[in-house]
Amino acid sequence: MTTSFSHAPSLPIPGRRLPRISLGLLLVLPALTAITLLYALPLIRSLVTAFRDGSGAWTTEHVVRAFSLYGRDMLFSLGVVSASLALIAAMSIAIAGYLTLGATPWAVRALRWLYRWPLFIPFVVTGQLARSFLATNGMMNNVLVETGLMASSSAQSFLDWRGLVLTFAWKQIPFVTLLLAGAMAAVEQSHIEAARNAGAGRLRCLFQIVLPQAAPTLWVGLILSLVAMLSVLSVPMMLISGNPTMMTSMMAHRITYYGDYGIANALGLFSYALTAVTAWFYLRLTLRREATR
Amino acid sequence: MMTSRWLTRLGLGAALGLMAFIVFGPLLNLAMWAFAEQWFYPNRLPTGWGFAFWERVFRPRAGAWTSLFNTVLVACSAVLLSMALAIPAGYALARQALPGRSVIMLVFLLPQAFPNLPIFVNIAAIFYQWGLNGTLVGVVLVHSLPGLVYAVWIATAAFSAVDRSLEEAARNLGASPLRSFFDVTLPQALPGLLAASIFVFLDSIDEFTGTFFVGAPEITTLPLLMFNASMGGNYQVAAITALILLIPSVGFMLVIERFLKADVLSRVGR
Repeated sequence: MTTSFSHAPSLPIPGRRLPRISLGLLLVLPALTAITLLYALPLIRSLVTAFRDGSGAWTTEHVVRAFSLYGRDMLFSLGVVSASLALIAAMSIAIAGYLTLGATPWAVRALRWLYRWPLFIPFVVTGQLARSFLATNGMMNNVLVETGLMASSSAQSFLDWRGLVLTFAWKQIPFVTLLLAGAMAAVEQSHIEAARNAGAGRLRCLFQIVLPQAAPTLWVGLILSLVAMLSVLSVPMMLISGNPTMMTSMMAHRITYYGDYGIANALGLFSYALTAVTAWFYLRLTLRREATR
Repeated sequence: MMTSRWLTRLGLGAALGLMAFIVFGPLLNLAMWAFAEQWFYPNRLPTGWGFAFWERVFRPRAGAWTSLFNTVLVACSAVLLSMALAIPAGYALARQALPGRSVIMLVFLLPQAFPNLPIFVNIAAIFYQWGLNGTLVGVVLVHSLPGLVYAVWIATAAFSAVDRSLEEAARNLGASPLRSFFDVTLPQALPGLLAASIFVFLDSIDEFTGTFFVGAPEITTLPLLMFNASMGGNYQVAAITALILLIPSVGFMLVIERFLKADVLSRVGR
């Protein structure tokens, strides 16, 4: 980047400076207008509607009612999202770690080929996959019974919070692993070799050398996964019938059955807040890291 | 020594086998549903196999064709709209000294950085006032929002990966700015722009939430058709539709590395 900038100002005709800037703005303007109409406007509307009553006066009633009506769903969402993130983090560290430090070439190759398959599978298809795979007579239970690991009488449906966690993890692990493996591959090979020569085992190498350097990428992947899980509507609607369920499902319910935008948008505030808190933690973490560097 | 090596191999094989089951089991289960004509509890496997449901899905005027047509039409329109907006914007963001460039980049990041369900809900409310709900135009617009975000970011990265000295050489040899853009810059940025288009296309094909609020019930796309079939308990139709939706996603997963080159990837977000 820096090299290209160094010989960039080869056309420094003073009088042409201003028109070039306005040309640039002109080129960006259509896209900016589109994002204003399609994103900023709905965003402002969602924030305003959450605090307005029917006559247009400001109120906190929607927020209070959202908490009293859907407090359980909020806790449920929080629990499902936390459990999924924990599972995603553990699995992607394990897979990316093995891809980086694994000693058996054929196993590394097989794993690299294997882990990516769910990467671009749509959420709505993932929901259908889970509905058939995790059901009482789904393939998971059938295989467990056939292999003798489980009695057929104890087969039960996983289509509850456990199904949600497994489905979210199935879909998001490849994505986070892809990012994390990329970051781990960028770690200086000499650091790893130095640690190995000093007698550190592979596991120790992963947790003390490689992972700390790749941690910011892991955070980004987890935050993006959090946003995805708080956005997706189809999976909770397909997996969970009844209460409690994810906030997205409740928001859609509030709108399709009651046309109640006030409470739906108040619920939306909660998902914004949850994302903002996580993003704030991430920023604080990166700032502290930059400061100590 | 020999036995321990064999044990490691066995352990690795078992772990990979388990993982293969976790990754492919659900897909296999789905494929079984797509060809099952009879499958009642507690049978472990379908009791009747066949293509009867495929015929039912693809019967003329069965709804699937309309959904498929809508899906492809909306996806292509969303690609055209997003790229038409993103190519000039990406070029300007990569090449011109814009005031507040980082703020503009941030604006194009926000839609992906926060949960988008409230946005779709309120877009639907606004579109309702504008008379766009239940129209193809409305669905294309709602699909272009996530598309535009990807397109602007990838296009900016693709244009900043183009070697500036080639452009300058063309200008020095007397090419007009437009000519040097179309003859030098655009061809070099093309792989990145193609990757962006594929991303927008796939995202639009898979898009559920926006269509659910803005399009339904007048406009049905394949994801909505699949959802309705599944919720109605028709697992065969849902499985067949899901298999169709899987084709582009898996296909892209297999070729992604050819389109998204490392030099473009490393510039995303700068």
